Amino acid sequence: MVEREAGCKASHQAISKKKWPFPGVEWSLLAILFDDGLAAWRTRTGGSGRLMRPMRDWGVWLIACLAVCASVPALAVQITDDRGVTVTLGAPPQRIVSLLPSLTETVCELGQCQRLVGVDRYSNWPASIGKLPRLGGGLDPNIEAVVALKPDLVLLATSTRAAQRLEALGIKVVALEPRSLADVRQVLAQVAQVLGLPDTDGQRVWLRIETALGTISQSIPPRSRGASVYFEVSSGPYAASEGSFIGEMLARLGSRSVVPASMGPFPKLNPEFVVRADPDVIMIGDENFAGLGARPGWAGMRAVREQRICVFPPAQADILVRAGPRMAEAARLMAGCLATAAPRLPTVAPTRQ
Amino acid sequence: MSPAARAHHRAAWLAAGLLALAALLLATGAGVGSTGLQSIWRALDDATARQIVLDIRLPRTLGAWLAGALLGLAGAVAQGLFRNPLADPFLLGSASGASLGVALALVLFGVSPLAASWLSALGLTGAAFLGAMAAVLLTLALARGVQHTLRLLLAGVIVGVVLGALGSLVTLLVPETLPAMQAFMLGSTGFVGWPACGLMAGALTLCLALAWALSPVLDGLTLGEATARSLGLPLAPLRLALVGVMALATGAAVAQTGLIAFVGLASPHLVRSVVKTTHGRLMLLSALTGGTLLLAADILARAWIAPQELPVGVLTAVLGGGYLLWLMHRGRGQRGAP
Repeated sequence: MVEREAGCKASHQAISKKKWPFPGVEWSLLAILFDDGLAAWRTRTGGSGRLMRPMRDWGVWLIACLAVCASVPALAVQITDDRGVTVTLGAPPQRIVSLLPSLTETVCELGQCQRLVGVDRYSNWPASIGKLPRLGGGLDPNIEAVVALKPDLVLLATSTRAAQRLEALGIKVVALEPRSLADVRQVLAQVAQVLGLPDTDGQRVWLRIETALGTISQSIPPRSRGASVYFEVSSGPYAASEGSFIGEMLARLGSRSVVPASMGPFPKLNPEFVVRADPDVIMIGDENFAGLGARPGWAGMRAVREQRICVFPPAQADILVRAGPRMAEAARLMAGCLATAAPRLPTVAPTRQ
Repeated sequence: MSPAARAHHRAAWLAAGLLALAALLLATGAGVGSTGLQSIWRALDDATARQIVLDIRLPRTLGAWLAGALLGLAGAVAQGLFRNPLADPFLLGSASGASLGVALALVLFGVSPLAASWLSALGLTGAAFLGAMAAVLLTLALARGVQHTLRLLLAGVIVGVVLGALGSLVTLLVPETLPAMQAFMLGSTGFVGWPACGLMAGALTLCLALAWALSPVLDGLTLGEATARSLGLPLAPLRLALVGVMALATGAAVAQTGLIAFVGLASPHLVRSVVKTTHGRLMLLSALTGGTLLLAADILARAWIAPQELPVGVLTAVLGGGYLLWLMHRGRGQRGAP
């Protein structure tokens, strides 16, 4: 933290402690005015002597440095979050609490894990956050424990009541809730912005995800393409539709969800619907898998009969159902499943000599 | 000393005892939390510790007492108004209305940023309060006024069931709201701040004053509606006012703390098990009991599995239910049901 605020930033902070009396007028603009004034004064006094020039150059240099330093707050952090609330952060936050696993992962993926001081009880990746205090769930956080950590920013989901309460206690809150591939990209950009990182950092992480998605998509053998998939997110059964980010990823991998987007992203289905849709492949978490074959009518489904079921252990299921920066990893898991479980389709049967 | 005077005397002592207990618990509440007593020792020189004690623990502790008092008062009003020992504050559908309000707000949060920015001003608290009030108004409309107790009771039950089902339907259609809904249903005092305390204190003062003024109606009603009417009481407007008191008290508590079970139902019974008195005193004592009960439960919820927290609604349901059951059986052993 000390290294971070060395040089320019330190002087900026010293300046910003005194209240700048002209809100809206940036330091850089003042520097230009001042520089012009200096030039005018020089012309008036007719001073074109050798003595004057180095002094003026030095002054310009100083002012330019000041201007660059002072324009940091203008560049920095003003962000409209998913609640539609515009949050202004004075300086890039250094003590961050994240109350949503995908946001925890986003911060860490941007290489700023060390700025996290606390997380919610569901955040479990990366391993380096293992020692951070757990502050309750995102919906029922322990407000006192959050405040005790003296965070300068709390990241959380839009649906929690904690945002209002924390804001009332004078803590900066940014609510972001990624729900689609596009959201993941946007949240990466927003979090990078909030952290005071250059835009390129967010873009780089996104590019990495995008590239990996492309590569994985290419690696899917033609025989595994075109499969219809039933992805169950929780027993109910709630499934991921074509409109969810899971559906989007399946589409990228050349498959499709059997649940149409018109039913909403994660609709609760009538089990009969799945039997009728008769998917090629079933993807399901470990805890929901038990008793799958015993559901009425399900034993007769092709995917169940032919054991085209991918059962993901909890750690993998976490990756799959979080719209966060580990989507490439999720795509890899799905691709692996499709490669083994998707049926060979007659249209792309390998040709022999 | 006449029996009535003795009862009054006893009621006064009970009130004093409850107030003293509440004050003791209030002080305890300031010391209980995830950071423990450490925050108290360091409150003088550490701004964060001071904030934890003054702006988090004190308001939530006082808020628990206020919410409990509102529910206790509403419970006593409900039982008097419906002349039914099973009546509770949520009888007119306010709980389901509040849930539906929260569910709709959560859905709208997700739908459009415009609605979100508009709603974040109102907040889930505002949505819950509006939902609770709307449900009571709907009940009144369906019962066509307050003349018939039974009709009002039935309309309340119907509105409760239907709005509850609608709330479930909304969460079913938009499953993303499910966890947030569950968090609301369990009830918690964790989000109560000073403004919320101010609102609840205002509501409590207003409701207590109104209830005290209207208590002769409830005393008259214990003799039956015909007798009450023959005593010259203008029943309809007074009952409407009492329904208003009940709705306001319940709505204010539910909006700030979510659904907290059993405090409203148990408090009047607890008071009656100690002292038999007029409705005015019963309502006052019931409010004090409710406050003490919820405050004690809240402190327990904070301390039991610290640094984590139990939802206080779960605790009141288990403890309140258990205690009431014990009271009932003890009562039967001695003198029949309470």
